Amino acid sequence: MGLTALVASLAVAALFGVPVSPAHAAGSFITLASTTSTEQSGLFKLLLPMYSKRTGVQVRVVALGTGQALDMARRGDADVVLVHDRVAEERFVAEGFGVRRQDVMYNDFVLLGPTTDSAQVAGGTDIVESLKKIALAQAPFVSRGDRSGTHAAELRLWKVAGLDSSTGRGTWYRETGSGMGPALNTASAMNAYLLADRGTWLSFKNQGQLRIVVEGDARLFNQYGVILVDPGRHVHVKRELSQQFIDWVVSAEGQAAIASYRIGGEQLFFPNARPP
Amino acid sequence: MNDLGQAFLQAVRLLGSADAELLAIVALSLQVSIAAVVIAALIGLPLGAAFTVTRFPARRALVVLCNSLMGLPPVVVGLLVYLLLSRAGPLGDYGLLFTPVAMVVAQTILIVPIVGALSHQVLESAWEEYREQLQSLGCGAWQAGVTLLWDARSALVTVLLAGLGRATAEVGAVMIVGGNIDGVTRVMTTAIALETSKGDLPLAFALGLILIALVLAMNACAYVIKEAAKSRYG
Amino acid sequence: MLPLRLEKVCITISGQQIIDGVSAVFEAGPRSIIIGPNGAGKSMLLRLCHGLVSPSSGHVQWSGESGSSSRQAMVFQRPVMLRRSALANVIYALAVASIPRAEREPRARAAMERAGLLSIAERPARVLSGGEQQRLALARAGALNPEVLFLDEPTANLDPGATREVEAVIQAIHEGGAKIIMTTHNLGQARRLGDEILFLNQGRLAEHSDAAAFFPKPRSAEANAFIRGELPWD
Repeated sequence: MGLTALVASLAVAALFGVPVSPAHAAGSFITLASTTSTEQSGLFKLLLPMYSKRTGVQVRVVALGTGQALDMARRGDADVVLVHDRVAEERFVAEGFGVRRQDVMYNDFVLLGPTTDSAQVAGGTDIVESLKKIALAQAPFVSRGDRSGTHAAELRLWKVAGLDSSTGRGTWYRETGSGMGPALNTASAMNAYLLADRGTWLSFKNQGQLRIVVEGDARLFNQYGVILVDPGRHVHVKRELSQQFIDWVVSAEGQAAIASYRIGGEQLFFPNARPP
Repeated sequence: MNDLGQAFLQAVRLLGSADAELLAIVALSLQVSIAAVVIAALIGLPLGAAFTVTRFPARRALVVLCNSLMGLPPVVVGLLVYLLLSRAGPLGDYGLLFTPVAMVVAQTILIVPIVGALSHQVLESAWEEYREQLQSLGCGAWQAGVTLLWDARSALVTVLLAGLGRATAEVGAVMIVGGNIDGVTRVMTTAIALETSKGDLPLAFALGLILIALVLAMNACAYVIKEAAKSRYG
Repeated sequence: MLPLRLEKVCITISGQQIIDGVSAVFEAGPRSIIIGPNGAGKSMLLRLCHGLVSPSSGHVQWSGESGSSSRQAMVFQRPVMLRRSALANVIYALAVASIPRAEREPRARAAMERAGLLSIAERPARVLSGGEQQRLALARAGALNPEVLFLDEPTANLDPGATREVEAVIQAIHEGGAKIIMTTHNLGQARRLGDEILFLNQGRLAEHSDAAAFFPKPRSAEANAFIRGELPWD
């Protein structure tokens, strides 16, 4: 028993001695509330180590839907917000939770669909007409239903198409209440149509029978904004460190880093910050 | 079947490569779950002993409550801990949200009922055998409790393993209170959830296989220790 | 502590009268053996005297200082051993009795030697044979140097050889100054070991007399019937 106890103690000591990551040792960090689509696109994996190396500040990303990210910031659990729903972002600032909203980058949404294309929308450039066709054909359509930026955009498009009442839709419209990835998995398995942001789609590895059927419509424009959570409202917010991060993201260096992120040679995000 | 085969090969490759990020995730998973089990043992084992050897008002109600809480949905616990630790919540000033400490707290809450209820069950059988003899020798409740706990140690190790299994397998609570932050609060289960979200199913499954292998290894160690103790003490 | 007086004690459990108005006095000195048919309440009466069970009515009265439990000990039909070595079991009993730490091991070894168990002191107690365990239980009880030793059918599960060994240890403890109060269903054993006999039938004390008077011819009709139904053992 003596030897066993010794081995066990050494194992425990070794286990708890393992540093979880070098970043853990660093002291300063900020908490960034962002969206699942942005994280899953892989952009942060490129951007944040670059920033950490430059400034020694770790940026900790909690990825949720846009709505949840803003709620988290309202509770004071984040220092900075980076999401893509301009209406919600401006409301956030107007309510006094955020200091200022700035554009950072944009990309676009694409309509994905199965190769069988029962609604016959492939190749189209009019998203509203395509949605009407899908509704008419009662083709399976997966919606995120999670108050995300993507979901908000989707609802706005349905409204333009004159089909904004969710009770008026039939069983062909399926709300999964989930992030972009799980919704993509579901759509892929169901061979359903789905509105997704191009970034997540390009980096998604389970594309199955889905492909892009409609793109390029100006109404599919997807703008990302960054906001400093108001330290006046939540005293814990790390004002200097957070502002430093925001300044970097909109700076020439940060914008160039964003532009440099590609998958399969294709650029995912297009920087469009205006000089302050 | 192709995906599964791919996953298996990927798991082997990942283990062999000793990828630093993977090791960090594995280490954190173990640290969080083991810490939670240790704390849960410190609370749950005495609780189980108290249920067995003492009689106090509301004891039966507490036992029923403890047994029921074994079925606590992890995501609900996650939510509860989140609301407590959020800056907007009562314990917000400690800044514990999105840290491994929050994850340990959430998992401990999940495991304490398991340890309490199952150790109570184990000790009840032992108590039936030992009660009269211990009373005859003059043991008070405290002494009887400690004696029972030590004598039933083999079965209690299994109880703790059940708690450890629950902790290592759980994803809902640690996702909410940890935030699955890359390099800080990402554990095996949340990493698997993330890779699944990204559509990389073979990688997700490969991580799953590694997680299972880890749990198997821990259980095997515990088994060996129990066998050694058995031959020594009967 | 002695004499021990029982005054009209009754034990009623779920409406059933297990012990029905038993009055008796146990004096220091004679070995008292309680016999009777199955279900007569012998075990219950023993537990009542030892304090493991409280009477529903009537009194259990010790004399002088109220007996502290280390002055009594009990050996049960099935020995209860902890998961540790034989020696450690005896040391445990001494620890519970608050014997100073330095005295425990020497005293335990001495008790085991008297019981002829020193050679197996380090073996796990739970792997010992039935007879060895029962002698160990006696050594444990004897180490406490009790004023009264209760035994509940101690050799019921043992073969004749082990029975003899156990009886020898009981005798040694008696000669060391302990009062023996024992139950048995073995008339031969009662005849061998008993100085006085208490005959219990359906919860009532039907007869209480010296063994020398009882065995040739009991006074009560019930006891006579009981003895006729049994073959004398030797």
